[in-house]
Amino acid sequence: MLYREAGEFKATYQADQAILTIRQDRWFMLALMVIAFLVIPLISSEYWLGTIMLPFLILALAALGLNVLTGYAGQLSLGTGGFMATGAFAAYKLATSFPDLHIFLVILLAGGITAVAGLLFGIPSLRIKGFYLAVATLASQFFLIWMFNKFGWFTNYSASGVISAPPMAVIGDSYVTGPYATAEAKYLFVLSIVVLFALMTKNLVRSNIGREWMAVRDMDIAAEIIGIRMLPTKLKAFAYSSFLCGIAGALWAFVYTGSVEPLAFDVNRSFQILFMIIIGGLGSIMGAFLGAGFIVLLPIFLNNAPHWIGLNIHVDLISHIEFMVFGALIIFFLIVEPHGLARLWQLLKEKLRLWPFPY
Amino acid sequence: MRIEQDVLKILLAALLLMAAIPWTAGKLSSDIFFEWPFFFEVAIGGLLAGVMYSLVALGFVLIFKASGVFNFSQGAMVLFSALTLVGLNELGVPIWLAIVFTLAIMVVLAVVIERVVLRPLVNQEHIILFMATIGITYFLDGFGQTLWGSEVKLLDLGIPNSPGLYFGGQILINDFDLVAALIAGILVISLAFFFQYTRIGRALRAVADDHQAALSIGIPLKHIWVIVWAVAGIVALVAGIMWGSKLGVQFSLALIALKALPVLILGGFTSVPGAIIGGLIIGAGEKLAEVFIAPMIGGGIEDWFAYMLALAFLVFRPQGLFGEKIIERV
Repeated sequence: MLYREAGEFKATYQADQAILTIRQDRWFMLALMVIAFLVIPLISSEYWLGTIMLPFLILALAALGLNVLTGYAGQLSLGTGGFMATGAFAAYKLATSFPDLHIFLVILLAGGITAVAGLLFGIPSLRIKGFYLAVATLASQFFLIWMFNKFGWFTNYSASGVISAPPMAVIGDSYVTGPYATAEAKYLFVLSIVVLFALMTKNLVRSNIGREWMAVRDMDIAAEIIGIRMLPTKLKAFAYSSFLCGIAGALWAFVYTGSVEPLAFDVNRSFQILFMIIIGGLGSIMGAFLGAGFIVLLPIFLNNAPHWIGLNIHVDLISHIEFMVFGALIIFFLIVEPHGLARLWQLLKEKLRLWPFPY
Repeated sequence: MRIEQDVLKILLAALLLMAAIPWTAGKLSSDIFFEWPFFFEVAIGGLLAGVMYSLVALGFVLIFKASGVFNFSQGAMVLFSALTLVGLNELGVPIWLAIVFTLAIMVVLAVVIERVVLRPLVNQEHIILFMATIGITYFLDGFGQTLWGSEVKLLDLGIPNSPGLYFGGQILINDFDLVAALIAGILVISLAFFFQYTRIGRALRAVADDHQAALSIGIPLKHIWVIVWAVAGIVALVAGIMWGSKLGVQFSLALIALKALPVLILGGFTSVPGAIIGGLIIGAGEKLAEVFIAPMIGGGIEDWFAYMLALAFLVFRPQGLFGEKIIERV
């Protein structure tokens, strides 16, 4: 009764093409933004902002990037970690070579450099499909991490191979990286970037580029026959996806951890992001966020759950049991809803449309 | 016929390249030590290591052929079986009995996986099933280590592990690797017989060819899947024994799956001989590159070289060396 489109008349084409066509959706989104930008920074503790919200938002951005490639364009990739590392190291080289560069520019350029790397590793996708491609993308993962480990140039010849972000400010004294940055400033900075790119991605997948991606995903031969050029379409997906992953990597290294080594972006990171989009929902912007929330919060929950019910188990054993529960939960979720949390969200909305009078 | 000729050409080219690159490298730069006996020693060592990769890749191929599931948990199964074997042995069970018990446990595991994971996910997309096997990976890694602990364990089956000199005392080969290759050979031949001459084997091949046709002539798909997973579990146990006695039974055994993946895409997901030949090429290529090419670009290239090699092959043959060419229609 409350949530439905009946009675909403659209008088302009703009209104017809809006992202959120139902009034309640618009209110919901507005409320979500107000909560994210105003309420959360005001009420959350430093711990929540710094160690839960930041990785959640950054990994959501990376998941968004992988979702463009895997969920929308149908190219399974296991190289996300490598591209995040590329973004992080590109940002580091840019920030240390040109200290006057504004942090927005540093992060955008790092994304651009990662996009070029993504283009290079995307070229084989024209010939290779499916799981063969997935394994082939592991090549980029291992090669990129090896490269950053091996050549001192990338870390400015630091002995430990760790890069540390120099302090950088958005304007004046409002630092978002380095020791002077407050958790609130970091959070708001990352949140703005993530919201901006989520909006951009949403619009991109509604445009003709996005429709081309989906056509290629659904059946590449048919897409080719109706006149979609395979190479540019797939490469666009690779470039945009690695652009987002690069930005996520740069934010991870600069804003979240402050200093990072290549191993932070190893193959487990790639799998973690793949979990996010599959648990969250393939081919859905919302899914990237839901999946990231789930995967970030679950280990924290599993870590603390034994303490809440008063059990004291050995740390080693906890980490093994965590593995077990994590694996079991993934299988459970896949069996219950193979299309992910985003699908559950949609079902909920459809139920809500009929509620409380289902007839 | 044409396909076989192509494959032969590629193999010949690969062999020539493997010899030519280090040879020229040795000629060009005096830093690199190059002599033919040394080259053959490295190459044979690599080939034997490749046999060990093939053992793991074989498990992947069996399951992919019969059910189209890309079973990422093969590495976890290797770890789990090795842990169970060693764990039972430490409890005082004699080793041959422990092997029998572990075999039984792997079969039970196959039944459980089919009931709990595969059956509810029938008819889902490949990526969902792939994801589910990653879930199994996490579960088995955690389960095995919860049961048996995570410290490194030794597995000693009395296989000699000392280098010996062969071919007129010029080439050094580890005896253990020879035994491993022998066991892998026996395993592959017995699998080939099993597939070729038994009723179940023929049913498995029928399912691999065409699920629906197999169902329509009365082959029970569910049983077939259990059998395939059980066979893959047994292959995992053999791989676990060999790798475990080589490296010690520890968590890193699970990561061997990552080594087997390039073997898999090089040989083709659907071909048993592909897994063997892919393993040989990757093993030899990797070792040769590590010894002769790595010093030029900074070393430690073992991590990614196999992948790059496989990727380069794939650009010319997207379905791997022996994989089925998939004909797609609109």
